Parts: sequence; structure tokens; C-alpha cells
Amino acid sequence: MPLPYYVSPEQMMKDKAEYARKGISRGKAIVALEYRDGVLLLAENPSALLHKISEIYDRIAFAGVGKYNEFENLRVAGVRHADIKGYSYSRGDVTAKSLANAYSQALGNIFTQDIKPFEVEVLVVEVGDSDGTKNEIYHILYDGTIEDEKNYAAMGGQSDEIRRYLKDNYQEGLDFSGAVKLGVRALMVTQNKTLTERDLEVAVLDRGKERRKFRRIPPAVLHQLLADDK
Amino acid sequence: MNEKPSRWEGVFFGYATSSFADILRHSAPHLLPQGEEIPRETSSIPAVPHGTTVLALRYRDGVIMAGDRQASEGYQVASRRIEKIFKSDDLSGIGIAGAAGPAMEMARLFQTELEHYEKVEGENLSLDGKANKLGQMIRMNLPLAMQGLVVVPIFAGFDERAGVGRLFKYDVTGGRYEETDYFAQGSGGKDARDSLKKRFKRDLSKDEAVRVSIEALMDAADEDLGTGGPDLQRGIYPTVKTITRSGFGEVSDEEIRRYCEAILAERGHS
Repeated sequence: MPLPYYVSPEQMMKDKAEYARKGISRGKAIVALEYRDGVLLLAENPSALLHKISEIYDRIAFAGVGKYNEFENLRVAGVRHADIKGYSYSRGDVTAKSLANAYSQALGNIFTQDIKPFEVEVLVVEVGDSDGTKNEIYHILYDGTIEDEKNYAAMGGQSDEIRRYLKDNYQEGLDFSGAVKLGVRALMVTQNKTLTERDLEVAVLDRGKERRKFRRIPPAVLHQLLADDK
Repeated sequence: MNEKPSRWEGVFFGYATSSFADILRHSAPHLLPQGEEIPRETSSIPAVPHGTTVLALRYRDGVIMAGDRQASEGYQVASRRIEKIFKSDDLSGIGIAGAAGPAMEMARLFQTELEHYEKVEGENLSLDGKANKLGQMIRMNLPLAMQGLVVVPIFAGFDERAGVGRLFKYDVTGGRYEETDYFAQGSGGKDARDSLKKRFKRDLSKDEAVRVSIEALMDAADEDLGTGGPDLQRGIYPTVKTITRSGFGEVSDEEIRRYCEAILAERGHS
């Protein structure tokens, strides 16, 4: 019987991390921005049907980059988690924090136990109340690492540059159109073509909405906003 | 029969399920209403609150759903302010009649079911799909219904594909029957139907339709012990909701009070 290869755990983790990072950096980027009335999510996504940003629960949204089938799996698991929790307790008991922890656990387990790690990063975003509770943005990486971000977040291909751009240009108290424009400019930092509404998927968690705060921004509205910017 | 599906089949029969009730059945069966069957030995169920009269009728822009506010427990009033019309999603509503506890639980499960489907699939169920799903839930309740906890809701909504309002009634076995004009359910249901029969016309305006539905509820309250009429002293009025192309709307208490007063004045005993 041939002996199995010995690979040091350190080397194995390194290889896996490199593999996952490579997969993620090939994909397109997503940014999240806090603005006056909630949180804006903006993705570069040429498909109008396969979403990268979606609703999880009343005040919680999800965004994923990397391999579609993998983050889609995570998204559906998140919707289930939230709906079961909200049904067995109450709608107010569903929080982004517990969901983000669940994602972190799941991705961490997959990373250490499976041969192939998930090539994804996800954002879990919860919009605060108008009474001053804060928005929450959780960024979960392929190995289960979890960070909470303030004001803005970016992930996906060349996200370091995007983050740097946002760091220099972000201001608090942006209005909706200002936030959209800043987000689009940030996505364009890493490329030399102009993004139009056809390349973008945009949604908000709008604090002013009743119960379900999630709303997609239709291409026509985006077109209008981006035309002003020229 | 209960073989585990192979890995790839699991994708279709496990992951692809967009039904919240199915997920509960697998991962949290204790939360499903039909989970607890009452043992045969305890043959009689103690009296529980019952919702009494709910109705739905079509009008020009869609459908109206209305219900009185009383829950009755035998000959006693269990609650004067119960709500019986629930929004199930933006374009449909459910009116509950029968044992109030299981009925409200069913309404909540139904709401979650529709929202879950919408989020997972990215689009809404068709109105027929929603009506069938509710039928299945009523059938799940059959063991309890056999022991006296009957739940028979009415379901109404705006059918986007057909561009009209539609309404459905059910029997205890989950049988689903579409009504073309109006229907009323519950202990005062027959009286409300009699009233609607006389006053219903095709293509009523919203104003007329709200008035007709309130009159029907008042007629039911007149004849049926279990149904509560408008309570001017306490300020409790029937609930009336509209479901149209633009969504689920409420008629405010203040407006309903005016309708009630006008009807009472006309009938000469205000």
C-alpha cells in the first residue's frame, strides 16, 4: 500500500488560501456604502438575471463575489436561516450578526475540512433604525475570517485599490445620488472603460421603507443618475 | 421509498426546494402545526376562541376583504379586537375563520412561505400557485380539524397575469373553489352572503364596494351571536382591506366609522 504524501498543515493552508484568493480576484468587484437613508450596494455585473446582491430578510441584504454557484448556495442557506429564525421567534430577532457568524462558521469549516475551499467572499449588511441605531456591515472571507466595516466596504477583484479610493473620497452623510456616483467611480478606478447601467447591479436597504427595506434600483433610474454625472 | 437521493439528485430535491414548509418539515418539524396530534383519549378539546365572519368581494380595481373584530368562545366573547384579515404578500390577503389559534399560525406560515419563495426564486408565485399552496396547508391541518379545530380561510388577491382580482374559498380537506363575485365564511358567513347577494353588482366602485362589505358584516352581526358589529362606544370597527394592481391597502378606521354611521343612520337606529 503506498503511503499517503505528507504535506505540512502550514503548506496545505497556504495552498488553499492562494487557490481561493486567485479565484476571487478574477471576479468583478462589489462595494457597499453607507448613505443618509441606509446602505447602498453596488456590483459590476453584466447579467440582469443572475444576481450578486439580494434580500435576506426585512433589514438584511447579502452580496457575494467569486464563484456563482458557491455564493448562491450560501445566499439560499442564509434566507433559510433567517426565515426559520423569524418564524420561530419574531421578525425583530433576526440579526445580521448571527447570520454573519453562521457564514463565518460555514466557510471556516469548508476551508479546513474540504479539499477545495469556496472561492467566495460575502457581505452581510443590516440597515439601522431611524432612531439612530447603526448600520452593520460584515465582510466574511473564504476562510471564515470575519470583519466588521464602517462607512464603506469593497470586495472582489482589485478591491484593495477600490478601498483606497473610497478611503480618500468617502464622506459621511452622502445622499442617494451622491453615493451611487461615488460607488460607480470607485468601481471604475481599476479599469479604463466607463461603466453604464447595463454593467451594474444596484440595490439599497432603504431605512424609509416599510418592513422590507430591500429595494433594487431599476436601470432607468441608474441611467438618469449616471447621465447627470458626466 | 425513503432512499436517500444520490448526490446530484439531492441538488434538485434538496437545495432546489423553495418551499418554507418543506424546509421546516426537514429541519424543524416541531414548528409545523400538524406536528402535535391530540391523543384520542382526550376526546373533547376545550373551548378555544373562534374567528367568526370574514368576506371577500370583487370590485372594479381588484378585491376587497373585510372581517368583523370579534373572537367567540362558545357563548362568550373571547376578544373584541382580533384582526382576521392578514396581508400574505403585496398582492394577496388571507381572511381567517374557524379556530383562531391554528388559523393565525397558518396565516403566519403562509406569509413566510410566500416571502421565502419570492426571495429564493427571485420572483413571485402566481396567484393560482399561492391558492394551491394554501389548500395544502389546510389539508395538513385535517387531523386537528377532525377533532374540532377547523380552519377554513378565504384567500383573495390580484392576479397580475390576468389583470383581475380573484377569490377562493376552501373546505376542511383543503379543497379549493374559486368564486367569481363574492364569498363570506365563518359563523355569520351565511348571513353575510345573503346580504351580499342582494347588494353585489359587477364593477362596483371602491366606495360602493366598501359600503356593501360593511353592510354585509353588520347584517351578519345582527343575526349571528358570534359576530361583532361596529362598537361605537369602544371605537372598534370592522377591518376592510383593498387589494389592487398597486398593492395591499387599508381603509382607515376613521373612514370605516363614517360608513358605519351612515348605514346606521339610514337604517334609522343610530
